[in-house]
Order: sequence, then structure tokens, then C-alpha cells
Amino acid sequence: MIYTEFFELPSYDKGEILRYSGAKKQDMSLDGIVDECIAECNGKFKGRVCYGEFPVRIKDNVIDLSFVEVESSALAKNLKGCESVVVFAATIGIDIDRIIQKYSRIDLSKAVFMQAIGAERIEALCDAFCDKLKAEKSEKGLFLRPRFSAGYGDLSIELQRDIMRALDCGRKIGVTLNESLLMSPSKSVTAIVGISSKHCTPEFGCASCENKDCSFRKEKL
Amino acid sequence: MSIREDIKNKRIYLDGSMGTMLQNMGLTPGELPERWNITHSDAIVNIHKSYYDAGSNVVCTNTFGANILSYDKEELKEIISAAVSNAKKARELSQETGNKYIALDVGPMGKLLKPYGDFEFEKAIEVFAETIRIGVACGVDLILIETMNDSYEIKAAVLAAKENSDLPIFASNAYSEDGKLMTGASPAAMATMLEGLGVDAIGANCSLGPNQLIGVVTELIEYSSVPVFAKPNAGLPINEGGVTRFGVMADEFAQQMIEMAETGASILGGCCGTNPEYIEKTVAATANIPLPPHREKKRTVVSSYTHCVEIGNQPVLIGERINPTGKKRFKQALTDGDIDYILNEGLSQQEKGVDILDVNVGLPGIDEASILENTVYELQAIIDLPLQIDTADINAMEKALRIYNGKAMINSLSGKEESMRAVFPLVKKYGGVVVALTLDESGIPETAEGRIAIAEKILDTAKEYGVSEKDIVFDTLCMSVSADAKAPEATLKALREIRFEKGINTILGVSNISFGLPQREVVNSAFFALALENGLSAAIINPYSTEMLKVYYSFMLLHNMDKNCEKYIEFAQTLPLQTKATTTEVIKAEDLKEENINSALQNAIIKGLKEQAAVICEKMLESAEPLEVVNGEIVPALDIVGKGFENKTVYLPQLLMSAEAAKRAFEKVKEKIISSGNTQEKKSKFVIATVQGDIHDIGKNIVKVLLENYGFDVTDLGKDVSPEKICETVVSENAPLCGLSALMTTTVPAMEETIKQLKIKAPKCKVVVGGAVLNADYAKRIGADKYAKDAMETVRYAEQFNNE
Repeated sequence: MIYTEFFELPSYDKGEILRYSGAKKQDMSLDGIVDECIAECNGKFKGRVCYGEFPVRIKDNVIDLSFVEVESSALAKNLKGCESVVVFAATIGIDIDRIIQKYSRIDLSKAVFMQAIGAERIEALCDAFCDKLKAEKSEKGLFLRPRFSAGYGDLSIELQRDIMRALDCGRKIGVTLNESLLMSPSKSVTAIVGISSKHCTPEFGCASCENKDCSFRKEKL
Repeated sequence: MSIREDIKNKRIYLDGSMGTMLQNMGLTPGELPERWNITHSDAIVNIHKSYYDAGSNVVCTNTFGANILSYDKEELKEIISAAVSNAKKARELSQETGNKYIALDVGPMGKLLKPYGDFEFEKAIEVFAETIRIGVACGVDLILIETMNDSYEIKAAVLAAKENSDLPIFASNAYSEDGKLMTGASPAAMATMLEGLGVDAIGANCSLGPNQLIGVVTELIEYSSVPVFAKPNAGLPINEGGVTRFGVMADEFAQQMIEMAETGASILGGCCGTNPEYIEKTVAATANIPLPPHREKKRTVVSSYTHCVEIGNQPVLIGERINPTGKKRFKQALTDGDIDYILNEGLSQQEKGVDILDVNVGLPGIDEASILENTVYELQAIIDLPLQIDTADINAMEKALRIYNGKAMINSLSGKEESMRAVFPLVKKYGGVVVALTLDESGIPETAEGRIAIAEKILDTAKEYGVSEKDIVFDTLCMSVSADAKAPEATLKALREIRFEKGINTILGVSNISFGLPQREVVNSAFFALALENGLSAAIINPYSTEMLKVYYSFMLLHNMDKNCEKYIEFAQTLPLQTKATTTEVIKAEDLKEENINSALQNAIIKGLKEQAAVICEKMLESAEPLEVVNGEIVPALDIVGKGFENKTVYLPQLLMSAEAAKRAFEKVKEKIISSGNTQEKKSKFVIATVQGDIHDIGKNIVKVLLENYGFDVTDLGKDVSPEKICETVVSENAPLCGLSALMTTTVPAMEETIKQLKIKAPKCKVVVGGAVLNADYAKRIGADKYAKDAMETVRYAEQFNNE
């Protein structure tokens, strides 16, 4: 069964917004424009998530997610010892795309900040969803693995098609894929979260990524 | 007996869920349910039959996702024909005596349309048409389009249905928990557009339970003159102690559907989570509730993809500035294909508070049809105001109405036979509120009576075409008072009669009144006040005119249309206009302190102060030559910021703020050059595009702005551009430079293909590439001449090329 949930998004994290915009984190001079952008976005986005829980079996590097089999050593490592996975898709909706599009025609510096706000919002939504899931699972003595998305490491982006179909994303939360496997609305994420009875903290986030000179890499890890 | 008659005379019941039933029977996540029509034919027949037995008058074929995107042509035919024959079998088997209809079920494609997705509107129509043609040939009784969460997609589906059959069309959207479509449309906007398109019933289905959907259905009923249907879910799935079930059980569902029926929904059914029991109980609970009396809503409404604007309550303002007449700069923008200029004109009018934007791009020597179509497409990508399609070119009008995402205002038709014959069929097909000019073959009548007679003729003709009088607004024609002193009285008298006697809405292009006079605003604003008092429903005005806005807000205030005087006070606070810098303009140049900044314009650009840059530049141009300003001030300022960026003392946001400030200064330079009749000197031509399949274009836009800042002649092809189009443009522009961007690993092959074709068709053209997934090695491997890690590097490369 696929569930749908709506989330009120938490308050904005200006530090993250500045980081995504390519500015220095502590750059106070940009406060004015960032505040203005946030004010324009405030209350416009709603978080929507659809998800399902599936049994998982791993043999060598082949992971059977029950709706599809996929080969990936990185995901196999992430899910090692898990009995099931929660697969979810999250989006903050199409409004942010309209705002970005508007500013990319009339004021590019704002477009960059809006883009950054969108990135910050969708990450905040994913965090909110995972926090909730974590709380639910911990009641049953279960633990979550860090979320893992198609396109991370050696996990093929092609998996997006299967996830979209299995979660019925178009119908549930209005997320669709284009021919290049990009999602619309653009500020959407799909991810796999391993569920296991054993606590284990593999590397995650920026630390687990091989792209060491990425300009968005978090400085302190 | 036909369903068209039935829905007027009795309560009709639709079926419940197909999908949930199939899942309970073992359909796995991701499996294509339509194949079950063939593999599990008996099961499908049984489901249909049990719905008929439960009291459904209409069952929907198991074809929700049956389209050519999921199946090849042969299989699609087999599946749809099996689906229809399953429903027919069930109809024969069921003992129920009521009328039993079969609806071809049409669900969404699972693709988002351009500009936010990558799917062409016309292609979408073709996808739906394919399914509909097969279904119609199989002998269904109606077409039920459902679960659409995008207004543009449902428009495509309805057009496909209209163009490929005469069957009744039921059209239904899936609304989110906020009562709107995922892409933002309100129920009122959907009712407006769908009724305009001529569907037989308008509905809401899926996503929520009856109780949460009641607000949506109520709003649909308020705006719709055709029957409204509700096909809600059995609530949302919930997990109870490890067991999953839908939140609303059959008895509760039926109870909630009573309120739905009492609210005025005349057609009822169920969606996800419901089964024949839900339908049976709903039928039992609601069968005796009397049908709502049929009410023709005489509301004159236009819509955009988010909201609607009603004409007839408060006066409506229509911004007239998207129009090249008498505007050199606008004409230049049209000839140059400078769509950004037009978009800015739209956005600034929106800021001034207009309700609707008039769109006129008629200019001799241009391809008006394609430019109008493109302008509408671009405007509706970023502006959510309804548009008024303003053209005398019927072909252009049709193209624009077709692609418009909503119910447009149409400007205009007249009492001339030829005009009515051309325009009314378009109003009928695409929906729209049409401006009707009270003139005909013999010209403009001098008297009010003459104009009213023409209005009557237009109304009679409209009836013949099936166009409702609520979809007409009359323009009683505003003529210059300097040419005929009696003209204003005739206009006003006709206005009064039509609005107050006939109860039909009116419109005027107000500013014609002062043609030929000095200080036109004085006369315009006074006449505007008179017209409003005499029944003007909508005014086409220049929203930058403070005098007109003064009249408008005062009128609203004095006629009790402005609660707590809020709008007036808000407007009054903008008087007198302040030219103060906005808060965006943060002063920050610590990193640049040591540099020698000696001019105010340089300073404004370096600090990214847009308004200041424009004002100072304009001032400088009063005494200095454009070229002096560019080479002496703007370019040096850009260089300082650019170097700062390269040395990592300035970051991307500041670089862009400076670029935007420079752009505003350049705009002033451009105006000066155009008004002096000269042409601008430009550097090399540079064609730029985001490659096919890629729809992320911020990076490309950044490069474009910087290149323009540095004086390059940039042709921007936009995003998701085919290799062929890029080659074609490079060749036709004879461009020595081409920039390509790609964001995803999946779109790099398209970049490689583009380069390959360019190397054959334009071997001399240098190709610069950039984008998140590229690096120098990769760029070399796919044949690019240059990899640029950021926008400044592209500029430097282009400069170097230009100097050689």
C-alpha cells in the first residue's frame, strides 16, 4: 500500500540557503535579498510525500526491492543487514519552479537565491519525513539507514522509472519524470531508506560522496 | 435514451474504484493494470458487473493508463477493445434495469507539460486522441477524463475528445488537500475553463474523502452551469496496527455523500478505496434527495491556470501595454525576438494591479501567428493573470487560444458578418469571453441606438453559434471628443443601456477619448470616472497612469467595493511615487575597497544597485555618448567584479547582482540608441542553448546575461533544444561561437550529438560547454572546443576569440 502525507515545512535555514546559492555562509551583506526572497516564498510551499514499505533481499550486489531488482555496490553497502526499505518520493510542488522561472527572466540574482531556497526546502522536507519515520520505527526497536537516492554512487538513475511507477507518484503527489529522468516539479526527491533491527551508522551525506571538489560540499563534517 | 438527457433529469451514479479492487486481487505495485483486461478478463467483467448491480449507471473501462506512452499501438488497440468488451459483457450480465452506460476512462499521461515538464501540448493532444479514437470506435457511450492534476493536461485531453468524437465528455480533476490542483488551479478556474471548452459535466475525483472534497465541489457548483460530479476516495490509506485500510468505511462514506448530494452534486461515485458496497450504500442514502434545480450561472468569467477573474461585479482593469502601437522600443523587441522585454512589460503591469493582460503583437512584416502563440506561451509560464488575446489575424487568434492555459478574453469581433463567422466558432471551440465591437459593415453608428442595434444583432448571431451571452462583453466604442463633441455621450448612453437594461457586460479602451488633445490624462481620467458610473464593467487602460488608478481606487471606495478602505489606503501610500532604492540593494563592496572606483555608475554596478544604475546611467546619457558610458563606466565596473569573482573575493550572487545592475544600465543605453535612430555595435554572434532533454537553465541564463553585458550578440534558444535547431540557428546566424549546457549525465549524450552535428554543418563554429556533470576531460572527449567552469570563463573565452 502506498501512503500519502502532507507536511508543514519547518522554518527557513538561511545558512543553508546561502550555501546552496554559492555565497559564503556568513555573508551578512546578502541578508536583505535573502530575506526578501524568503518573504516572497513564505507559506507558498507545501510538502507532499508518498511512500511504501517493501521487503528487501540482497545477494552479492544485487538488491531485490520487491518491485524491481537493481545492482549497486553502494546501495548494497548502505542496506546491508536491512529487512525492509521505505521508498519515498517528496516534493514541495510546482510553485517554486514558477518563481525560479520568473526571476530567471527578470532578475537572475534572485533566481539563484530562489533556486537555493527550493533546494533547502526539499531537503528540509526529506529531513522532516525521515525524522517522523525514525520516531515511528524506533518505537518498534528499528533503526533507519541514511536515505539513498538513484544517481548516488553507482546506483543507476534509471531506477527512477521503477520508483515512480511503484509509488504511483504522478497520481499521489504530482511528480512525473521526463525523458531525461529529471523530475517535475524540479524540487522533488526520491530515496530509499533502509530499515534494520541493528543500529549502524555508515557514512552519509557529503562524507560518503566521492566528488571531493564539489562546490556545495559541506565544510565541516 | 442518452446520458446527455439523463444527467439533466435524474441523479446518475458512477462506479467506484477499479485500481483498489485489482490490488486486492493481486495486482503488484508497478504492474500495468490495463493488461488485466486481457489476462484477467473475467475478473474485470465481474468488477464492472458488481458496480452495475450496486446501482452504477456508468462504469468506467479499465483504461486509466491506456495510452501510447505505456503501450505500443497494437497492444493499445487490443487492450482498449478488450476493456470495452469487458464492460459490455458486464452490462449484458447485470440484471439491473436502469440505464447502463459505458465510459471510456482516460487518466493522466504521467508527464508534465512544458514549460515545467518536457512534454509538448500538441503531442499531449495526440496521445489522448489515440486512446479516444480507439475507444470511440469500440462503441463507448461517453468519455470520462479523470484524476487530472494539471489544468493544461486536462485541456489537452478535452480538446482531443472534442476533435475525435461527438460523445458526451465528463471531465474531472484531482484536487490536493489545499483544495487546488497540484499545479495551482482553483476549482473556480477549472469550472470556468472546462465549461468554456464545452464539456457535459465537471467533476472532482480521487485524492480525498467526501468530507474534505465538499469545499471543492461547492466551488465547482458556484461557477458551473453544467452538472457537477463527485467521485471521492474512501479517505486516505491509514495504517492501523500493521493493517492498512482506507480511512472512510462504506457506511460513513454514504453518509458523507448525502451532504455532497444536498450541496448540489448531481452525479455521484467513488474513487480509490471504494468498492461496490460503497456505491450501493451511497445509492440507498441519496436516491431520494431531489436533484438541484438547473441553474444557468450568468457569470462572465475568464481564467488563468491558477484563478479566475469575474467581470460584472467590481470593475476589472485590463493592462494595455503589451502592444507595439506607437512604441519604438516595443517594436524593436518584437523584431529582435526579445521576449524578456515583453515579459517585463507584463510583470510590471501585474505589479500595478491589473486583473487581465491584453496581448497584442501585431506588427507589419512579422509572423504574427507564431509570435503571438509564443508570447502567450512565455507569458503564462511566469504570470498567472488571465490574458486577453488581441489580434485581427484569425489564424493567430486560434493558435493563441489553443495554447492558452485557461479561458481567455478575446479581443475582438464586430457586427460584421465576416468577423462573427470567423470568431464565434473559435469562442465555441476553445471557450472565451469575447469583446464585441458595436460596429458593422456600415461603420460605427453615430448614435447610441445604432450601436445597441448592432449589439442585438451580435447577440442573435451568438445564439446561432451556441455562444452564451455571458461570454460577450460589448465595447460601445470610445471616439475622440476632439473630432466629434457628441461622441462621448453616444458611447456612455450605449454603455448604460447595454449594462443596465440588457444586463450584459461592457468594456472600453478608455484613452481613445482624448486623441488629438494636450494633457490627455486629464480627459482620460475624467471620462474613465464617467464610464464607470455609466456601467463600464472592464477598462483597457495604461496602468502606469497614476491619474487612471486614482479614479479606479476612488470609484471602488465610493461604491462600497473596498472593505475598510484597504485597497485605497494601500494605493494612496504609493503616492507620490518613490524612487527610493529597494531593500534588495545591499551596499557591499568590502572586497573591492582598494579598487579605484571613481564614478557613481561604476559604484552602483559594483554594488549591484539596479535602480540606481538605471537612474544614474540615464542621467549620464543626457550629456555623454552611449559608447562613452559603456566603455568608460559599465565595462570597467563589470571587469572589476569579474576579476573579483575569478579571485574568489566576490561570489556568484554578487556577480549576478552586478550583472543585473549593468543590464539595467544597458537598457537605458539601448533606449537612447534606438531613439536616436542608430543601431548598436555588437561583438561576435553567440548562440546559446540548454541541450535536448534538459530543462534546467539557470546556468545558461547566467552565461547569457554576462555575455550580453560584455556586448556579445546573443541568440538564446532556451532549454530542451534539439541538435537540429541549434545547428540550423548557428548556420543561419553565421555564429562563430556556440555555448551548450547540460545538467544531467542523461543529457550529455544530447550534447555530444549536438557537437557532432555542429562539426559537420558549421565546422568553423567554436563550441563552449558547461554544466554540473562536465569537466575538462569529459568536454574534450565529446568534442567540445572549450570547457568553461563558470560564466566568467565563458566570457573570457569569447572575449579572447573576439579579439583574435
